[in-house]
Amino acid sequence: MKIFQEESTQNRSDAVFKLITLTGAVILLLIIVALFVQLIKSSGLSLKTFGWSFLWSNVWDPIRQQFGAASSIYGTLVSTAIAMMLAVPLSIFIAMFLVELAPPVFSRWIGTGIELLAAMPSIIYGMWGLFVFAPFMAKYIQPFLKNIFGNSVLFQGPPIGIGMLTAGIILTFMILPFITAVTRDVFAMVPAVVKESAYGLGATTWEVTRKVTVRYGIRGIIGGAFLGLGRAIGETMAVTFVIGNSHRIVASLFAPANSITATLANEFAEASEPLYLSALIELGLVLFVITFLIQAGAHIWLQRVRKSVGVQ
Amino acid sequence: MKQRSRILRKSFNYLASGVAGFSAALGLMVLGWILITVLSKGLAAYNTNFFSRLPTPPGMAGGGLANAILGTLLLTVLAGLMGIPLGLLAGIYLSEFGLNRRFAQSVRFLTNILMGTPSIIIGIFVYTFLVAPLGHFSAYSGAVALAIMMLPVVARTTEDMLQMVPKELRESALALGAPRWRTTLQVIFRSAKSGLLTGVLLAVARVSGETAPLLFTALNSPYWPSGLNQPVANLTVTIFNYAMSPYPDWQRMAWGASLLITLSVLALMLVSRLALIERKVKP
Repeated sequence: MKIFQEESTQNRSDAVFKLITLTGAVILLLIIVALFVQLIKSSGLSLKTFGWSFLWSNVWDPIRQQFGAASSIYGTLVSTAIAMMLAVPLSIFIAMFLVELAPPVFSRWIGTGIELLAAMPSIIYGMWGLFVFAPFMAKYIQPFLKNIFGNSVLFQGPPIGIGMLTAGIILTFMILPFITAVTRDVFAMVPAVVKESAYGLGATTWEVTRKVTVRYGIRGIIGGAFLGLGRAIGETMAVTFVIGNSHRIVASLFAPANSITATLANEFAEASEPLYLSALIELGLVLFVITFLIQAGAHIWLQRVRKSVGVQ
Repeated sequence: MKQRSRILRKSFNYLASGVAGFSAALGLMVLGWILITVLSKGLAAYNTNFFSRLPTPPGMAGGGLANAILGTLLLTVLAGLMGIPLGLLAGIYLSEFGLNRRFAQSVRFLTNILMGTPSIIIGIFVYTFLVAPLGHFSAYSGAVALAIMMLPVVARTTEDMLQMVPKELRESALALGAPRWRTTLQVIFRSAKSGLLTGVLLAVARVSGETAPLLFTALNSPYWPSGLNQPVANLTVTIFNYAMSPYPDWQRMAWGASLLITLSVLALMLVSRLALIERKVKP
């Protein structure tokens, strides 16, 4: 009899325990739902006033209470595109160096160093970008690009250091470790037999990497690139410091620009009128939707890749 | 198939290897460049005032950031008190009860989404949710924003670490008649201790350098923290405000704060790594 009693209290205590842990999971779920609902609710005024034209209108005028997100969205897309174009090839080369070329001990140390780039808080990138890297860009890199490309549309205007290109390059360094980590794992997962048969046919290291390793792991690399993309689009402080905070859309990459995150960081605390605030929150909503889609896409993609490769 | 001369192929190979080596070196160079800059400019800002005094108006000597240091500690501890237990609970649920149920799968998926959500969006969310209805910025809304950032990190690592504990350990504890909660808290937790510590430290490291979620929640203040209901000084927002100011002495303080943040984050990462290594050495 006593045993039965004990068992039932045990069951009850376990049910309570399960319920308590379930609360944690449910709260996590509720936060995401509440986040989405709150963003929609709080941007209601702007949604109603501007409708869909908010997305492509280029006017951002707090005095006349006219708001359009085009300049911020444009800046986010272009700075992210610069970062991706630089970071993906760099990551592939770094992964090739770490997996194929460097001796293992070396490779571990260098790999840790690259990972540390991810540990740096984004405001530190901002400080370094504003006070050290932007002047460096203005003095060396931008005149250099002007020399090579002449006065092409992309590199017009005075080399002031701050602007779209500098923001894109700093983003490159910030997402590099994320893409490199995935690429390196993908490279290391390619079966030795596959690589060795290519070597056996007389292929060079570069040929094996380009034609065997990258092709074998291309889906994993794409997944890693998506993870980096998600990071780059939402990056705030580093971009805010160096992008220049201008709501004009200009083709030149030397010109100051703006991104969704920089607009939010710079203007949110000052927005006093309800419509201004609501427009800023709608900007946040746009950003959330973009990152949500990218994250979800990357997640589903990587899961499918893992399943097909057979690694859990 | 196209035939290419061996010399051409070899030189291509050397070129690519060179580029690969250069890429890795570039990554390390940037890391070194940032570290050296922060170290040299940060150390120049340090004196006893920096750690013991309140900030002064620009141009006045003798100011410090003691209030911001205290405020950042306060925010991080408060956030940890909320985010860590909830994260642990969610992690336990996912690992021990959720398994492959649809509900658990969707929680897992949304945890990943939350982990990748830009921190500034979390700031806006907490603003619309806590700051706007109450009508003022406050320390606890800042702490809530940071806690939301910690939650998914702790939950994910907890689940991963609990999953790594061998099934036999669970089964033997249950076979001895221990209830589930005892098994989890006294057997599995003990075995996964260093892994859990790593998760918690990573979460703390992640939020202690965050700026964006605090901009519209905890804001900043030139005074000592005077209550959870008030805006509270913190290092990262101070860096942002001071760096954007035209005053050289404020910018110097911003570098000092940057060094402090960098060192704490790196130290937390280092300790979390050591905890993991220790785990691997004695299984």
